Amino acid sequence: MKTFNYHAPKDIKKASKLASTSSAFLAGGMTSIPSMKLGLATYKDIIDIKHIKKLSGIKVSGKSVTIGSTTKHAEVASSKDVQKVIPSLAKLAGGIGDAQVRNRGTVGGSIANNDPSACYPSACMALNAIIHTNNRKIEASKFFKGMFETALKKGELIEAVEFKIPEKSNYQKHPNPASRYAIVGVYIAKYKKEVNVAVTGAKSSVYIDKDLSKALSNSFSSKAIEGMELNSSEMNTDIHASGDFRASLVVTYTKKAVEAC
Amino acid sequence: MASLVGSRVERKEDKRLLTGKGRYTADINISNQTYAVFVRSPHARAKIKKIDISKALKAMGVVEILTGAEIATDKIGGLIAGWAIRSEDGSEMKVPANPPLAKDSVNFVGEPIAVVFAESLDEAKAAADLVNVDYKVLKGVINTAEAMKGETIHDGIEKNLCYDWLLGDRKAVEEAFAKADKIIKVDLINNRCIPNAMEPRACVVDYNTASEEITLYTTSQNPHLSRLIMSAFGGVAPENKLRVVAPDVGGGFGSKINVYNEEIVCSWASKKIERPIKWVAERTESFLTDTHGRDHVTHAELAVTNEGKFLAFKNETIANLGAYARVFGTVTPTYLFGPCATGVYIIPAAYTNVKAVYTNTAPVDAYRGAGRPEATYTIERLVEKAAMELGIDRTEIRMKNFPTEFPFKQTLVHTVDSGDYVAGLQKAKQMSDYAGFDARRKKSEANGKLRGIGVSSYFEACGIAPSAVVMSLGCGVGLWESSEVRFNPTGQVSVFTGAHSHGQGHDTTFAQIAADELGVGLEAVDVVHGDTDKGTFGMGTYGSRSLAVGGIAIVNACRKIVAKGKRVAAKMLEVSEDEIDFKDGEFIVSKSNKKKTIGEVAFACYLPGSRDSDFKSPLPEGEEPGLIESSFFDPANFSFPAGSHIAEVEIDPETGEVKVEKYTAVDDFGRIVNPLVVEGQVHGGIAQGIGQALHENTVYDETGQLITASYMDYTMPRADNFPDFNLGFTCTHATSNPLGVKGCGEAGAIASPPTIMNAVIDALGGQEITMPATAEKVWKACKVLKKKNAKAA
Ligand SMILES: Cc1cc2nc3c(=O)[nH]c(=O)nc-3n(C[C@H](O)[C@H](O)[C@H](O)COP(=O)(O)OP(=O)(O)OC[C@H]3O[C@@H](n4cnc5c(N)ncnc54)[C@H](O)[C@@H]3O)c2cc1C
Repeated sequence: MKTFNYHAPKDIKKASKLASTSSAFLAGGMTSIPSMKLGLATYKDIIDIKHIKKLSGIKVSGKSVTIGSTTKHAEVASSKDVQKVIPSLAKLAGGIGDAQVRNRGTVGGSIANNDPSACYPSACMALNAIIHTNNRKIEASKFFKGMFETALKKGELIEAVEFKIPEKSNYQKHPNPASRYAIVGVYIAKYKKEVNVAVTGAKSSVYIDKDLSKALSNSFSSKAIEGMELNSSEMNTDIHASGDFRASLVVTYTKKAVEAC
Repeated sequence: MASLVGSRVERKEDKRLLTGKGRYTADINISNQTYAVFVRSPHARAKIKKIDISKALKAMGVVEILTGAEIATDKIGGLIAGWAIRSEDGSEMKVPANPPLAKDSVNFVGEPIAVVFAESLDEAKAAADLVNVDYKVLKGVINTAEAMKGETIHDGIEKNLCYDWLLGDRKAVEEAFAKADKIIKVDLINNRCIPNAMEPRACVVDYNTASEEITLYTTSQNPHLSRLIMSAFGGVAPENKLRVVAPDVGGGFGSKINVYNEEIVCSWASKKIERPIKWVAERTESFLTDTHGRDHVTHAELAVTNEGKFLAFKNETIANLGAYARVFGTVTPTYLFGPCATGVYIIPAAYTNVKAVYTNTAPVDAYRGAGRPEATYTIERLVEKAAMELGIDRTEIRMKNFPTEFPFKQTLVHTVDSGDYVAGLQKAKQMSDYAGFDARRKKSEANGKLRGIGVSSYFEACGIAPSAVVMSLGCGVGLWESSEVRFNPTGQVSVFTGAHSHGQGHDTTFAQIAADELGVGLEAVDVVHGDTDKGTFGMGTYGSRSLAVGGIAIVNACRKIVAKGKRVAAKMLEVSEDEIDFKDGEFIVSKSNKKKTIGEVAFACYLPGSRDSDFKSPLPEGEEPGLIESSFFDPANFSFPAGSHIAEVEIDPETGEVKVEKYTAVDDFGRIVNPLVVEGQVHGGIAQGIGQALHENTVYDETGQLITASYMDYTMPRADNFPDFNLGFTCTHATSNPLGVKGCGEAGAIASPPTIMNAVIDALGGQEITMPATAEKVWKACKVLKKKNAKAA
């Protein structure tokens, strides 16, 4: 690993001030440290944001759950509040990677990174999340731009993610057998007027499957999508799963998610 | 005194290892050490046109950079194939030179070309990036089945063929096939596995400029053997000037048998640069350059009668050696494979033909089970298919063909001294509730799942030794094992062994044996291994040989101690030797009940005199002082553990996921020294075998890049992939050693792949799929099955 300057600011203002074009925020380090070790990324300044108290914690209001960006997956998974109002979100967090990853990885790091097979982006999309940064609020649908790409500007800091509490929701994933990321992850959320089916792992970035969402908005039952076949041409193909397999898994796990609601 | 052998003694080493107090090679630092980083080939096959180190030499902190040119100048020898195998036509196998640093050509991604030594690891890495190698990239030969048709990799080795080996009688087989009612055929791929020891390879070299002695700390399963090879073939230093220490080693599974390029290069270089050197592999280097396992393509046939009697067996296999032939590389697909391929059955005629090929992939060598998992997979897939095709119960067809009398002269090579295969399978059936399977299948079906059951009965030849036998088969060394037992004046015992523990628990089991033999407490015994400066000699640990060969050397050395002790005690007690019994650590005169403890005798052996005894020595006339004995044990035969495993899997046809629901293993390891340790070995072996069957997929792309070179893509099985293993034992004693023990380290990995695959294929209605049975393959097969069932309905 190349040497760098390490900073551990105690508040958001200092962190923002330190940010530059050759800096990176360090949250759980689960992605950033391996990529620095492999020489895939080099930075002059590393700004460790874990010491900023304001960035961590879970707040529940009548309509939403707001999770601070450095809140760890294990904290979300074991939060009684989250388990009560959006149990599927706690389940998602509890199914990420392995215990070590869950004890360090954070929600902010996960969505800032926007790995095409990460779990959290699908929760953000399905749960109409709003991403709060140090200078604006971004709707999830405008946040995830493409593979490892987000609407974040250089040096922009995610402070929290606000998830809208649905009537019902569920998350199902077919884990990559090696890394346990999602080969396919399906997050469904039912609100009064709509059902969102967000899919991760299947394409270059998380997306809302319009056909599945529409079918379930019309009739919220697994029968409504029985036998549906998705176009696999844009689906990822790798050594673990072909596009055809992924296409089939999306429908399969959507059914499982509906049945589990 | 209760016998320690047979009891569930907790592992002495666990406290140290589990609390972070293990001392591994990477934990060792020597003042003034330099750090080594290797420049490796990014290509699977290329000619090296030029290596330019000029820029790198000027980089900060660089001490020295060495290449294959210096290796050649200094006449440092290459890596070796330890077994010479002959082809069917009598010709010797063809082995390419394998210099520790490639000079003219590279033959797999990761092959080392140059080495940088620098003051810090970062500086060494940075400089390694500046070494400029000019390659002429050539088309690689990657695929096992196609290797003989590819371009010639090594000059003069036509068809990339190392040997075309035959064991058995083709004519007898053809005659029997002509008379068969039915011929069962399988085409199999035994998938390549990457061993993935938890501790990556590493070495630390300390050269003493005064004594000119090299001390090599390394991650080895067999330090003495490494020293022998490095000295005799590498020419690194004479044996008396080379000390090899393998301290705590975090797993090997066969991948740490070989002496590797890095150990030879760093040992040689340390003398050249007169500085200590440290090298620790990164995980990617381990994936790329540790020896891999398996990689066979097999066509096999079994001739049977309608009643399910086996008549003859043929096995045509292509075995991938990777780029070079290594220590056990050539024997693994021949003598460790062919003789076991007829399994636990009476099959009157059989042959195995193996074509071993070179490819531009990492070298393949022994991997837990080495040859015997491949053999068992072949025969057990055939037997299961035979049962299916003949409509005979899978356990019945096995019982029908089991030998029931021992010694059993197996068709191809081995005479199996003891066993009771019927008892093992019956016990496994009962423990697994075999009879209740149909009800469980119906229950799964009601939930939309497919359930399958699979059986595998295996035997294996392990306790790899009889020197006379292995040397006649081509082994370059004798595979005996040695021990020295030192009974110290103040009562503790140091047991030196040539076997090496890297997870096997020798500190505990070997101490149990010695404590029982000598009648002392377990805490009085220390087992010392892993250092050529400590203890006699040794061939190391692999092939489930540590107890059945190394453990017996300890028994014999202890018995020599007791024999001497008896002579001394007789003198001390003023009786004749035959009036003395040795029991529970005491030499007792049976008539008078007078006695001396072994501690008192030992003390007397070291202090043979006293102020009160008028020059009278307690030692008999001509007896030397001291109480140290050694023994070299070379058994008369291999040991032959055997057993039957039964697994049940449940498949979700929509996701293709295979869940192992039940796993029952019944094994016969002869006498068991420590059930806790044995169960641990069986658990690990089964886990590794299930890993091969369901998870571990080694993928090279068509250019020879290893796609699965990290844990993000190479699936290591985890605890949640397994059910609780249900273990049982039967016991017939080995007759080739005084303890009656058989090896247990590999059995799990040998039996489990066919057990699991038989269950998966059963669930899929007999559709064959290849290992690993990953979700997508299974999902596809489920779709085919669904169509077939729909048609039938
Ligand atoms: C073995 C393994 C398995 C995994 N499995 C899964 C899985 O199943 N599902 C899943 O969803 N994820 C998975 N992950 C990802 C993991 O959960 C983390 O979320 C992810 O690695 C990044 O989070 P982190 O907190 O470690 O961020 P870091 O690695 O510290 O940072 C990642 C990136 O985000 C930026 N960043 C971090 N915080 C902020 C912020 N507040 N504002 C702006 N930018 C920020 C950093 O600068 C960096 O570029 C896995 C990771 C590993 C190593």
